[in-house]
Amino acid sequence: MAMMKEVPDERGRYGSFGGRYVPETLIPALDELSVAYEQAKHDPAFHQELDALLKDYVGRPTPLRRADRLSEKLGFDVYLKREDLNHTGAHKINNTMGQILLARRMGKSRIIAETGAGQHGVATATAAALFGLKAQVYMGEEDVKRQALNVYRMQLLGAEVIPVSSGSKTLKDATNEAIRDWVTNVRTTFYVIGSVVGPHPYPMMVRDFQSVIGKEARQQFQNLTGTLPTHIVAPVGGGSNSMGVFYAFRNDPVALIGVEAAGSGIETGKHAATITVGMKGILHGSLSYLLQDDDGQIMPAHSISAGLDYPGVGPEHAYFHDIGRARYDAITDKEALAAFHQLSELEGIIPALESAHAVAWVIKEQDPLREQQARVLINLSGRGDKDIDSVRDYEEGHHD
Amino acid sequence: MINVGTSVAQVFEHTKSEGRAALIPYVTAGHPHLGDLEELVRAMNDAGADIIEIGIPFSDPLADGPVLQKAATKALNNGTKIRDVLQATERLSAHSVPLVYLTYFNPVFHYGVRDFLKAARDSGVKGIIIPDLPWEESDEVFHDTQELGMSLIPLVAPTSTDAHIASLAKATGFVYGVSVTGVTGVRQEVDAGVKTLVERVKRQISLPLAIGFGISTPEHARYVGSVADGVIVGSALVRRIDEAGVDAAKQTYEFVSALRKALSD
Ligand SMILES: Cc1ncc(COP(=O)(O)O)c(C=O)c1O
Repeated sequence: MAMMKEVPDERGRYGSFGGRYVPETLIPALDELSVAYEQAKHDPAFHQELDALLKDYVGRPTPLRRADRLSEKLGFDVYLKREDLNHTGAHKINNTMGQILLARRMGKSRIIAETGAGQHGVATATAAALFGLKAQVYMGEEDVKRQALNVYRMQLLGAEVIPVSSGSKTLKDATNEAIRDWVTNVRTTFYVIGSVVGPHPYPMMVRDFQSVIGKEARQQFQNLTGTLPTHIVAPVGGGSNSMGVFYAFRNDPVALIGVEAAGSGIETGKHAATITVGMKGILHGSLSYLLQDDDGQIMPAHSISAGLDYPGVGPEHAYFHDIGRARYDAITDKEALAAFHQLSELEGIIPALESAHAVAWVIKEQDPLREQQARVLINLSGRGDKDIDSVRDYEEGHHD
Repeated sequence: MINVGTSVAQVFEHTKSEGRAALIPYVTAGHPHLGDLEELVRAMNDAGADIIEIGIPFSDPLADGPVLQKAATKALNNGTKIRDVLQATERLSAHSVPLVYLTYFNPVFHYGVRDFLKAARDSGVKGIIIPDLPWEESDEVFHDTQELGMSLIPLVAPTSTDAHIASLAKATGFVYGVSVTGVTGVRQEVDAGVKTLVERVKRQISLPLAIGFGISTPEHARYVGSVADGVIVGSALVRRIDEAGVDAAKQTYEFVSALRKALSD
């Protein structure tokens, strides 16, 4: 297999995607961040500190293990990379640890973040608390309601949750508000972005911080089986856990599958399947695929999973899609819920609804996968504790 | 005189010859309704505006504060479409001081950069401001505006580097100086950094410089007009229009007249 071209280029481009589409006020801050990140990246002391924190505080490496009962049931090997076992319950903490360390190096005293499901908000609040920094987290009013447990967790951790009432009152609008805050307080504030989105260097930096998932998984899979997986499957909201697990395998003969949220069904228009049906456009600082109407107005996304409920996607995924390096499919709310129950019952693991989308794809595609004698690696991005109320509400209201 | 056909650059030659700064009010097309645009533009014209900024609403205006966000949301909720804004502008521009559009990059990109700029030019618009298209990403748009005889108006912020300011020398029309680190919105006072920003820009380039973001009263306008070549007033006007109801055109006329008087005294 030919080696892939290294992306992004120095202007933050992944092919035609990426870039920096933000107000001029922020451009010098992005330059400053790029320089600080470049220095940190080449500083062994930074890596030592981050690695130690990931090991002793976050609980890495996370395990990788064959899901025996699910494998028996499906008739091929399924392995789970257990990002749900990270401190705070999802992969998001890998990235916030890295960014908070960077914020400290840069001497920034104030931390802001956006959050949808609340997992990134909790992870940011956690990392900020660890270092005695003050965090303010923007969250859409809809998500504040849907994810009450995570709101309370953030508050317990000493963070301030700021409800956002503009637009669709979800992650997209929380992100707008966080950017507005950053434009206003750019000199003192570090903006911790939660996925591989935003203006350069964020998509690259978040990918690098999350690539620990794939690095571990590649080694673990080889140790366990003597070979590589044939398929890697991961859910895609902004795309950080999926890029994190894909990245180490980009030059391997492994199929990479990103699973988006089809919500109530693509045909209903109520979904978050950005790459599956989106068009190129610009939102939150980069050029990528977007859900938008005929006039280029951003369309609200919909998913039972707040973490996938985003009308954009990271530019590197757009690039992987364009060059055919990864495949993107969409799973409905219903299919994800069925998988949520199946994994709980078969493996004793209650997955996050986001992760349940990846499990659902594997169940749905079981016939071709069985035929290929696939060895599938699912990135279990997070645990489902946060989603139990949503699942119960949904099922009480939606009995067939 | 500022006539139909005057370029944005010529406006500043004219106001300079009168020894005053140019007045540049902003309204959101479609707020309260697209049908109001003509009357509002006429009111601004009659009150002595030198250039008029027409905002094309966008769903996610991340450089805007609450007043302009709300105006854009209202405009979109009542069905404002870009093609209708272009048509309305075409009817207006023949009777107006130079018009410039302010919009975000996605609507332009989605329409097709070249097609949109052509349509804007054909509607009589002389320039365009895109707050989320920084100068370093704007090569294509800049090239097309120059070919079409329009201005792509670049922004400078208090955080801008000298290298950024120097790179604006090739721009045409004017430079939009953002008075604060922040988003648009009404403010109590003009930021103390405005004078420094103006001096920094003037030291490096010779383009006219208009200041916006937070300029809310005739007193603000008088002060900013004494240091810069132009004064941009958005949220303060849009808020008045929002509150005025059927009186919007009259209130617009009165407010813009007061601003203009502050610049002419
Ligand atoms: C558990 C979990 N998985 C996946 C996601 C989706 O985000 P991303 O695509 O950036 O991994 C989220 C987002 O909140 C999440 O909490």
